Amino acid sequence: MFMTKTVLKNLLTKYATRLYPFQTRETFKDVKGELKIEIDKCVFCGVCKMRCPSQCIGVDKKGRSWEVDPFACVYCGICVDACPVKCLYQEGMYKAPVAEKHMVFHAQEEKADAPT
Amino acid sequence: MTRTVLPFGPQHPVLPEPLHLTLTIEDEIVKEAIPKLGYVHRGLEKLAEIRDHTQMIQIVERVCGICSTLHAMCYCQGIEALMNVEVPSRAKYLRVVWAEMHRIHSHLLWLGLFADAFGFESLFMQFWRIRERIMDLQEATSGNRVIVSVNVVGGVKRDINKETEKWILETLDKVAREVNQLKTTILDDFTVKQRTVGIGILSKEKAYELGAAGPTLRASGIAQDMRQTGYAAYPELDFSPVIETNGDSYARTVCRFNEIFQAIDLIRQAFAKMPEGELAVKPKGLPKGEVVSRVEQPRGEVLYYLKADGTKFLDRLRIRTPTFANIPPLLDMLPGCDLADVPILILTIDPCISCTER
Repeated sequence: MFMTKTVLKNLLTKYATRLYPFQTRETFKDVKGELKIEIDKCVFCGVCKMRCPSQCIGVDKKGRSWEVDPFACVYCGICVDACPVKCLYQEGMYKAPVAEKHMVFHAQEEKADAPT
Repeated sequence: MTRTVLPFGPQHPVLPEPLHLTLTIEDEIVKEAIPKLGYVHRGLEKLAEIRDHTQMIQIVERVCGICSTLHAMCYCQGIEALMNVEVPSRAKYLRVVWAEMHRIHSHLLWLGLFADAFGFESLFMQFWRIRERIMDLQEATSGNRVIVSVNVVGGVKRDINKETEKWILETLDKVAREVNQLKTTILDDFTVKQRTVGIGILSKEKAYELGAAGPTLRASGIAQDMRQTGYAAYPELDFSPVIETNGDSYARTVCRFNEIFQAIDLIRQAFAKMPEGELAVKPKGLPKGEVVSRVEQPRGEVLYYLKADGTKFLDRLRIRTPTFANIPPLLDMLPGCDLADVPILILTIDPCISCTER
């Protein structure tokens, strides 16, 4: 009986939920989403690898490559704060589900004018 | 009368997490309950040996999703005490804001689950719809919906600007209004009262003797709240513990319901008194010594024992969560109740099993 007013109000107002995935909400500013890297800026210092609490980042200084296991990443953003050259950033959206797990691998291309 | 032994859980529709009780029943009346825990043990305390003390903040946040920021806050306060770090005043107030937001969303979650447990599904959806507003606030202010990762040793990572503050206060007004509309439904409804009033009585003496914590303790008439010990900015805020005296399931519901309004009031006070200033100080050196840190979570008192020997890694980390303290009172409530009331009684202590087993 106490709910009658609420029930009537619910019938007359729009849905409380969204028709996801057809209708999505804009993400808030500075939301910690998927971890990305601007590989050209990276100096391969390995600070992100050391700080990561879930140890999901791999850095190869010799091979000039950086990799992350997006399924082990906990979206904490410690690496982003710690990065000395600010080449890491988090996108506003979480990673979409996939059928098979994989690593995300980035390697820096050798610059043409780099000393050999 | 013959006695029957009935296994309850670990998989049960009312339990989101695995808890097993071996119930001895006699004519549908519970005579004895023996708990069995350990289904979701993760060994988080052991991780302190291989993760350094700053990485442990992210790990203790994951002890429990519902009270993530309070775990981190308790841990950081412990480390700050070991390193003699004075947290900036603004950071203390911001910690209160996030902690109280957690309390609101946890209590709304619980009220929803509780309504669902006695078959009132539409009420469950009403509470969870209101809860979404708080989840949005958390996502917008901290960057994560559930694991609010804002605490660092020496302060907080994020700030709340004036514009966001206004939005938070407006949303809290809406939340207070909407929760108040449901007050008659959850507290005065005949069916709800039939299932809760006078059931699972925990007397004041027993609650004290068995070491109950949080709303379970306060619903039995003991005004004990860890926030009174004066951590963060709580000494400067005006509040007194919400207490009920009957000690039954209904009293525990009323206690949690009223704590939502208390938490909203505390956030308003915190914003009104919040000074400008820096967010964090950089700690120097490494932690050394031992300390006990206590914080009031939505479920009760959480206790962290930290022992550090001056290296990057902690020597020992011990976490005692409120559900662990509330299991003996639960075992005291169960004998004598109907089998049909067992799920509701388990829910009234607001169990968080992954917290308990860490």
